[in-house]
Amino acid sequence: MSLFQELGFAAALPEIALAILAMVLLLEGVMIKSTTPSTIRGGAIAGLAAVAALVIWKSGTGSVTAFNGAFVTDSFARVMKVMALVGAAVTLAMSGKYLRRNAMDSNEYPVLILLATVGMMLMISASDLIGLYLGLELQSLALYVLAAMNRDSTKASEAGLKYFVLGALSSGLLLYGASLIYGFTGHTDFAAIATAVQTSGSSLGVVFGLVFLMAGLAFKISAVPFHMWTPDVYEGAPTPVTAFFATAPKIAAIALFTRVLVGPFAHLIGQWQQVIEFISIASMAYGAIAAIGQNNIKRLIAYSSIGNMGFALVGLAAGSQEGVQGVVIYMLIYLATTLGTFACILAMRRKGIYVEQISDLAGLSRNDKGMAFVFAMMMFSLAGIPPLAGFFGKLFVFLAAVKAGLYVLAVLGVLSSVIGAYYYLRIVKIMYFDPAGEMFDGAEKRLAIVAYASLIFVLGFVIFAPPIVALAANAAKSLF
Amino acid sequence: MQSWPLLSVITFLPLLGVAAILLARGDDEAASRYARWAALWTTIATFLVSLLILPNFNAAASGFQLVENHQWLGLANYRMGVDGISMPFVLLTTFLMPICIGASWFVKMRVREYMIAFLVLETLMLGVFCALDLVLFYVFFEAGLIPMFLIIGVWGGPRRVYASFKFFLYTLLGSVLMLIAIIAMYWQAGTTDIAVLLTRENGFPAAMQNWLWLAFFASFAVKIPMWPVHTWLPDAHVEAPTAGSVVLASILLKMGGYGFLRFSLPMFPDASHYFQPLIYTLSVVAIIYTSLVALVQKDMKKLIAYSSVAHMGFVTMGIFSFTRQGIDGAIFQMISHGFVSGALFLCVGVVYDRMHTREIAAYGGLVKHMPLYAFVFMFFTMANIGLPGTSGFVGEFLTLLGTFKNNTWVAFFATSGVILSACYALTLYRKIVFGALIKDSLKHIPDMTPRELATLAPLAALALFFGIYPSPILNLFGVPVEAILKTLHVASATMGDAITIALR
Repeated sequence: MSLFQELGFAAALPEIALAILAMVLLLEGVMIKSTTPSTIRGGAIAGLAAVAALVIWKSGTGSVTAFNGAFVTDSFARVMKVMALVGAAVTLAMSGKYLRRNAMDSNEYPVLILLATVGMMLMISASDLIGLYLGLELQSLALYVLAAMNRDSTKASEAGLKYFVLGALSSGLLLYGASLIYGFTGHTDFAAIATAVQTSGSSLGVVFGLVFLMAGLAFKISAVPFHMWTPDVYEGAPTPVTAFFATAPKIAAIALFTRVLVGPFAHLIGQWQQVIEFISIASMAYGAIAAIGQNNIKRLIAYSSIGNMGFALVGLAAGSQEGVQGVVIYMLIYLATTLGTFACILAMRRKGIYVEQISDLAGLSRNDKGMAFVFAMMMFSLAGIPPLAGFFGKLFVFLAAVKAGLYVLAVLGVLSSVIGAYYYLRIVKIMYFDPAGEMFDGAEKRLAIVAYASLIFVLGFVIFAPPIVALAANAAKSLF
Repeated sequence: MQSWPLLSVITFLPLLGVAAILLARGDDEAASRYARWAALWTTIATFLVSLLILPNFNAAASGFQLVENHQWLGLANYRMGVDGISMPFVLLTTFLMPICIGASWFVKMRVREYMIAFLVLETLMLGVFCALDLVLFYVFFEAGLIPMFLIIGVWGGPRRVYASFKFFLYTLLGSVLMLIAIIAMYWQAGTTDIAVLLTRENGFPAAMQNWLWLAFFASFAVKIPMWPVHTWLPDAHVEAPTAGSVVLASILLKMGGYGFLRFSLPMFPDASHYFQPLIYTLSVVAIIYTSLVALVQKDMKKLIAYSSVAHMGFVTMGIFSFTRQGIDGAIFQMISHGFVSGALFLCVGVVYDRMHTREIAAYGGLVKHMPLYAFVFMFFTMANIGLPGTSGFVGEFLTLLGTFKNNTWVAFFATSGVILSACYALTLYRKIVFGALIKDSLKHIPDMTPRELATLAPLAALALFFGIYPSPILNLFGVPVEAILKTLHVASATMGDAITIALR
């Protein structure tokens, strides 16, 4: 038996392929003089698509572990990885024109996105505290650089620095938690921790460690009270980077969060459930209320994503198979809606200059009916109005919460969704009810394709929900 | 069984019209004309197809008819079907939509979008009445908010933004609690099939029923609307374009009453008994208070909106009287109110299109130049008051009769609403139609056009016909109403037993 087989090389094949691709593209940018950023970007997009195909067809079937149990590929991991890869590829595809127009296009940008994506895939598959940390840091370090990519902008530099400092703090918290868990259970492997927790019950030290671990993870999904960086980073970072931040890393982080809580700490549900309930309610309510006063569309989406993570956590709080199914469905819908929203935001360009004030959207429905309609449907979907996709995401997470008897959480959740509906409606109002402002330049083809694809997903979810629900159920089953 | 899915065809036929309008590009006058005619023909075709329900419907049969069932979400299926309670509402909806399109013939702004919004709204309203699955019902029920929000907000009056937000958020706030209740019902009963939930041997546990009832109540009370959560309605009515007001008054409000009959009474009978005094109180307050409020209104649409709230008070009172007459009367009142209040809003639209004001003070003496209008308006005013011979009388009389059997005092107070409705309706009529024609602006006001008459005549014909001969409608829902009453009596009997046991 070769070393590769012994380590379970096959299960990690997509990650290895992506990591190699990232290095090849980096070298290509340096060595071959004729390469332009757009060829690198094209290669990266093709690579992400190929890796998604690898994840679907070549990462084994069922649950496969590698590297002595530090890495696991199951159907949950496959679904979440494909979602993260799609998020990365689509945001990369949408970013070209923006970066070129703002003189930020560089060879490193696609490479950093690829490296962050490798980190995310490691996070999704992590089955060991050390694997978890490695994936998380690989992803985070790439993201810190991306946030500050627009070096000449003070806002972007501030965003990058803020993200880095707070991110480092949260990594510290996470590491501290991990070390406590290791200290009290004697293991870093998830399966071994699960056995240790089950046999010895919950000791104060493990619970302490778990809480720190959760704090670190809550930072990554920008849940209240660890959300402070989100609005500034979303606003300060270049828009395509914001689109990336809002999609792929969120999926990876929530997948990791889910795997950690329902895996090794399933028996501590009585301890962590109340914490998740709290940060869920706080995120939903804070996201809804704080978004009301925003004037910058990216800042608004930042608060919206805080709220959305709160809703996803409702499913996680249930800690059941239905809950994880709800999380998977919710994140899929969140991904599609967010990509569509950012396609619209990236199309907000007037006389060649990108604008990002909400008031810039005034009367859009008269100037650009298609874009206004897509944007409005994305907003209604985020507000959770049926028959749009967003409603079904909420339906499935609340389904799990009610089954688990978390009535207070469910009621507070739907009430904050009503508050949240207000600011989504405000955008619709500005586009449809207000007098028309100046025309936008019109969306370029790629953005239009993404926008209309999201529209079809959001409008058509009601029809093609059954296979998606079945897929999510299957993914959830693999964790239990 | 019929070979093709009649109800789905009716429900989704308007979407075909939407597709037809979308396929035609352009914003010029030709495109607008095309959109108008496409919408009109679609709604007429939908109405004609919906008439096919009648020969396929057996009023004597119990349970749901024309049932369709397809796999959908796993937890919920796509189930459609009608019974005697929902069928009249389906026909009412399809009947009113061509009239609404006709009433919007001279909308100038964004005609294509306007027609699309109305057609989508029709699909969603029909879905509410045809859905036989809780989740499907909720999807249709809530989805209607989107087109209505846009109709009020884009084509509405000066305070349209405020009105549309208030409409949307009020209704949403009521509905989300119902969603939680639906989920709780699913985990308790293991199904969201309405037909199964209605005929289950053992209903929901009594303590759970109260919570579920309250959650559904939050949604339906806002929708119907009951005092004190009615305040969105006058705003929405005043700001909505004429056809929007018609749809709102004639159909959207009925979803609340329909919901009480479909869910609250038969699924939570114990809770319905428990909360009967609450509904009685709120209904009587609504009848008297909103009638008084209507008396002092200066805006025609606002006055009619408040009168709608008062009339819906009769509906909720009749439903919760738990008597055959009361429930029959409530359903009849809802249908009749669909004709009458819709027509009243159309009447307001007629003069609004000429004068662009809804201030009552801006009018007076219209009978001189608009005799035909004065006649039609007079007829609907009388129908609104509930004059015998109009459909308004049958509904009010039956609800009062049923309530009297159950609670004399409630009936006593509610009857004063009949007098008050005469006060405000006749005052409105006098101020607008009679008096001296002294205002210069009204000197050359033309009478009703054939188009306007064509929109109002069918409503008048039906309001008169069913006022004289109500049994075609009353016979439709005899069987389902009896079924509801049976559930309620079983519940009250067990509750009575429990009390006797407790007293022993």
